Amino acid sequence: MEVSIASYIMLSAVLFILGAMGVLLRRNAILVFMSVELMLNAANLALVAFARHWGQTDGHLFVFFVITVAAAEVAVGLALIVAIFRTKKSINIDDLHELQG
Amino acid sequence: MEASFDFWTHLPAVIPELLLTVLAVVVLLLDLYGGKENRRNIAFVSAIGLAAIAVTPLIWGPSEQQVFWGGMVRYDLIAQIFKVMIIIGASITCLMAADDSEVGHKGEFYLIVIVATLGASLIAAAADLIMVFVGLETLSIPLYILAAFRRDDERSSESGMKYFLFGAFSSGVMLYGFSLLYGFTGETNIYTLSQAFPAAVADNPLPLIGALLMLLVGFGFKVSMVPFHFWTPDVYEGAPTPVTAYVSVASKAASFALLVRVLLAVFPVTLVIGQENLQTLWVNLVSVLAIVTMTIGNVLALRQTNIKRLLAYSSIAQAGYVLVGVAAMQSQSDYSVASVAFYLLMYTFTNLGAFAGVLIFSETTGSENIKDMGGLSRRNPWLALGMTIAILSLAGIPPAAGFFGKFYLFTAAVNANMVLLAIIAVLNAIVALYYYLIVIKVMYVDRSQYDSQSIALSRSTLWVIGLTSIAVLLLGTFGAQPFFDWAAQGAQALLAL
Repeated sequence: MEVSIASYIMLSAVLFILGAMGVLLRRNAILVFMSVELMLNAANLALVAFARHWGQTDGHLFVFFVITVAAAEVAVGLALIVAIFRTKKSINIDDLHELQG
Repeated sequence: MEASFDFWTHLPAVIPELLLTVLAVVVLLLDLYGGKENRRNIAFVSAIGLAAIAVTPLIWGPSEQQVFWGGMVRYDLIAQIFKVMIIIGASITCLMAADDSEVGHKGEFYLIVIVATLGASLIAAAADLIMVFVGLETLSIPLYILAAFRRDDERSSESGMKYFLFGAFSSGVMLYGFSLLYGFTGETNIYTLSQAFPAAVADNPLPLIGALLMLLVGFGFKVSMVPFHFWTPDVYEGAPTPVTAYVSVASKAASFALLVRVLLAVFPVTLVIGQENLQTLWVNLVSVLAIVTMTIGNVLALRQTNIKRLLAYSSIAQAGYVLVGVAAMQSQSDYSVASVAFYLLMYTFTNLGAFAGVLIFSETTGSENIKDMGGLSRRNPWLALGMTIAILSLAGIPPAAGFFGKFYLFTAAVNANMVLLAIIAVLNAIVALYYYLIVIKVMYVDRSQYDSQSIALSRSTLWVIGLTSIAVLLLGTFGAQPFFDWAAQGAQALLAL
């Protein structure tokens, strides 16, 4: 059975919204990162689905770059969490309130 | 295109980027094998190397052919101008960092600055959504590291974390916008995208408006546009001062270059979907955002006591002024684009000068409070003079360059029949005078507990403050017209799609 492009886009939109809500509502830094990854992968899914729809490889190419960038981003993000945890013993983002005003 | 691909004609478009990569490797090796006592010299190697690379776009300038590397890069005159601006900004940042006791002797700091500059330089000429995304992330990810560079300092890692969270979220939203644009058209090149729009979305502009809003989230974050500005004050305060300076100039200039290019190319004036002219739509949107951005920036700046936080809110307000010029692009005149480019050029020198002063002040006294700057004119008159020139330029008072910067921007708005926008911008500039002049008053009139303690300037700081002050004064007097004309030529290249 052929899955239509609309179904893919619907799924990617749902994933994207779930990710965005996760970023806005979650307080644990690791979970926030996972939500960001979900947003990026929702975009990836849309890109791949569109690439198939148009019968091209541009979308696939884009996805490879996004995956690479996301990997770099996670590496930096996790390092930042470790740095925060060393000084604060907490990764709750509500505890980040040294800087205010 | 593939059949007649000639490597040597495509090379000039990426010479600065290639040389930046080479410089990054050189810095890495110097850090590894150069020995501990020579670490501080890496700052000078990076600064001189970057200054040399900043000249290369002038030597290998744009040619007849403008699209290179399979449509990834569009190397035109406006890209050339922004590349020079960005790389000079990075060079001065490295020179400034030499005096920072916490980051100045670390080779990897300069390495990361150079890599971020590579990304900034790429997006100044990016002509493809893939390139835009990769370039933006090559700029952003190093900046997250730089903001959190003082690992043991709670405030620094906190600022890095906040920068990262906001940045990753907004780039996720922007990427989804890109995927929608690709989905509508099957194109990733920003210059061919818009031609495929009418066939793709028929008479319904809503999907395109959605994509436009998503793009604005990503770019709005980078240029600290309200309502995506929340990271700005925290990152500016927590990050090491050279990093703050870099974020406020090079990163912002590159992002504005990209914003201008993408808005003009993807949503051109000719694009009418249904009844809706998309350019009118984004012009109205950007006008409102410009008003909100400058007003909120200026109002919140009024009650700041920390000089870095003050400059953070001031930079939000300045982004609002630039957005006035972006909104004025609806007139399709080269004047508005040129005013944006000129403003960012003079802002590069102005803000670097201001932050160099702040760096030396906080290195000597350990304080970033405005009231502790009392008596600065007696503790070091040259430092106070340099800071005064920078602050006058931020406030837009002649003979500093900020006057012409604002003059061109607001004239562009008037030329585009946006008189109300220009009036609001002028009123904002008057409000801003208050907090800028207070800093000058504190430096020259007030006294503080540190009054007897003199401040010594190292040779590199003297260079930074001297160079930026001269540049600011030059751009505010004789230099204004030639540089504006240069920018106007670049603007014509951008508008002639």
